[in-house]
Amino acid sequence: MNRRTIEENIFKILMIGSLCIVIGSLVIIFGLVIINGASSLSIEMLTQTPTPTTPGSPPGGGILNAIVGSLILAIPATAFASLIGLGIALYLQTDFLTPRVSNSIRFMLDVLWGIPSIIYGIFCLMIMIYIGMSSSILVGMIALTMLEIPIITRSMDESIKMVPSGLKEASYSLGSTKFETAFRVVRRQAFPGILAGILLGLGRGIGDAASILFTAGFSNRLPTSILDSTAALPTMIYNLYSTPLGQSKAFAAAFILLMIVLIVSVLSRLLTRRFKKHIIK
Amino acid sequence: MVSNQIITKNLNVGFHNHHVLKDINIKIPAKQLTAIIGPSGCGKTTLLKSFNRLLEIQDDVKIGGEIIVDDVNIMEPGLNVPDIRKKMGLISQKPYPLPMSIFENVAYGLRIHHDKNSKELAETVQHCLEEVGLWKEVKDRLHDPASRLSVGQQQRLCLARAIAVQPDVILCDEPTSALDPIAAQQIEKLLLKLKKDFTVVLVTHTLRQAKRVADYVIFLYFGMVIEQGPAAEVFNNPKSPEMKAYLAGEIS
Repeated sequence: MNRRTIEENIFKILMIGSLCIVIGSLVIIFGLVIINGASSLSIEMLTQTPTPTTPGSPPGGGILNAIVGSLILAIPATAFASLIGLGIALYLQTDFLTPRVSNSIRFMLDVLWGIPSIIYGIFCLMIMIYIGMSSSILVGMIALTMLEIPIITRSMDESIKMVPSGLKEASYSLGSTKFETAFRVVRRQAFPGILAGILLGLGRGIGDAASILFTAGFSNRLPTSILDSTAALPTMIYNLYSTPLGQSKAFAAAFILLMIVLIVSVLSRLLTRRFKKHIIK
Repeated sequence: MVSNQIITKNLNVGFHNHHVLKDINIKIPAKQLTAIIGPSGCGKTTLLKSFNRLLEIQDDVKIGGEIIVDDVNIMEPGLNVPDIRKKMGLISQKPYPLPMSIFENVAYGLRIHHDKNSKELAETVQHCLEEVGLWKEVKDRLHDPASRLSVGQQQRLCLARAIAVQPDVILCDEPTSALDPIAAQQIEKLLLKLKKDFTVVLVTHTLRQAKRVADYVIFLYFGMVIEQGPAAEVFNNPKSPEMKAYLAGEIS
């Protein structure tokens, strides 16, 4: 074998190795969660709230409060973040800003993207205490919104930026107004990317524990008002796992969270494919 | 006597302090095919895009002078720019179909400008596709994405889309440079056919193409008009040394 073939083979092995690590981790995580949680998985997990525990027996009831809490925190947060994000993304595209300014805004958004979510949590906690509120759905939602804005904005921004200028010129030269060009042509071309950004934000928000740990608090009951504190799936998992004999339930809750994230990913795939049909490359 | 479709008076264009077009004074005759030729980077495309005010969507562009289309100076402030652009179809170097079906591509301009019922719409779309010789190829898949057509078909689709809004002028920016020879020939033939009804302005970097199709020629060199006139005159009897050098293939 000559040097070039050896080189080729080494890289092939390295690539296959990396792939195995990724797929292996996915399989092991799912396997572990299912094996450990299977005994506690039941319909009651989805339909009941936790019942008070007696010493010596595992925690009873289900995690309905956490499922509701997660959805009630993450869906509105994603909606707010998408609206704000779309506004920023559109502003970054237009001629309002010089490239210098818009690129520094992009850089700042990237920095925000990289900030660990616990810092968003602590930041909102400080403000919450300062204005005299207690942990609640509202504050948790705000923390999640802040966490999601950079993610959603940057994905939307990139997908709008990818629209070729020739396409806009084609639309303008048919006598379209800016509005028609933006909403009939650019929107169609960028829509799969915009949607993918929103679902990316939702996936991140629904799974995040650190930002809602202090801000949304914890409760074993279903929330009745936006000012109630609430459990969410990540905090519920943390809580169950630290309860004696609660580990199996924690894994069952983890399985439900994984399923929700999986459904969001599959849904985003299907939706993007549907809207991708007409995209011009 | 041929009337003039477009007249420019002292047209100057600059991008970021770079003076691209210098004192352009040209006349483009109506219902003829005018070729704008010259070496690359001499401002051909910029001149073409100034006619439908497409330059101003870019950053930091300065435009001075007058462009007169149908006795109106289109550079006048306060004019409705979409109306100006509607009169000028644009065919770009690389075809850009809109992100929708073949039918909707042609119908797009009709939908935004006219209130047609679906029957009239379908008739007009068919007529435009027939004009560019695409109807037979696509009539069974009108609702397929336009992006699935071949590049040559896409370019003809863009032409159909442009004539659907009934412009006066068709601006072509090197429309055949991305195509294979057969598709390119089809486009050339179409342009010759279309000049009966439209004024065609063709930017081209192939001298042979200009010789084949042009009625009127404008030669640009470093942002200045060196020669303009009827094709036969310019090609057979060039006056300036630059034009002679270009025809001889010494500059390209």
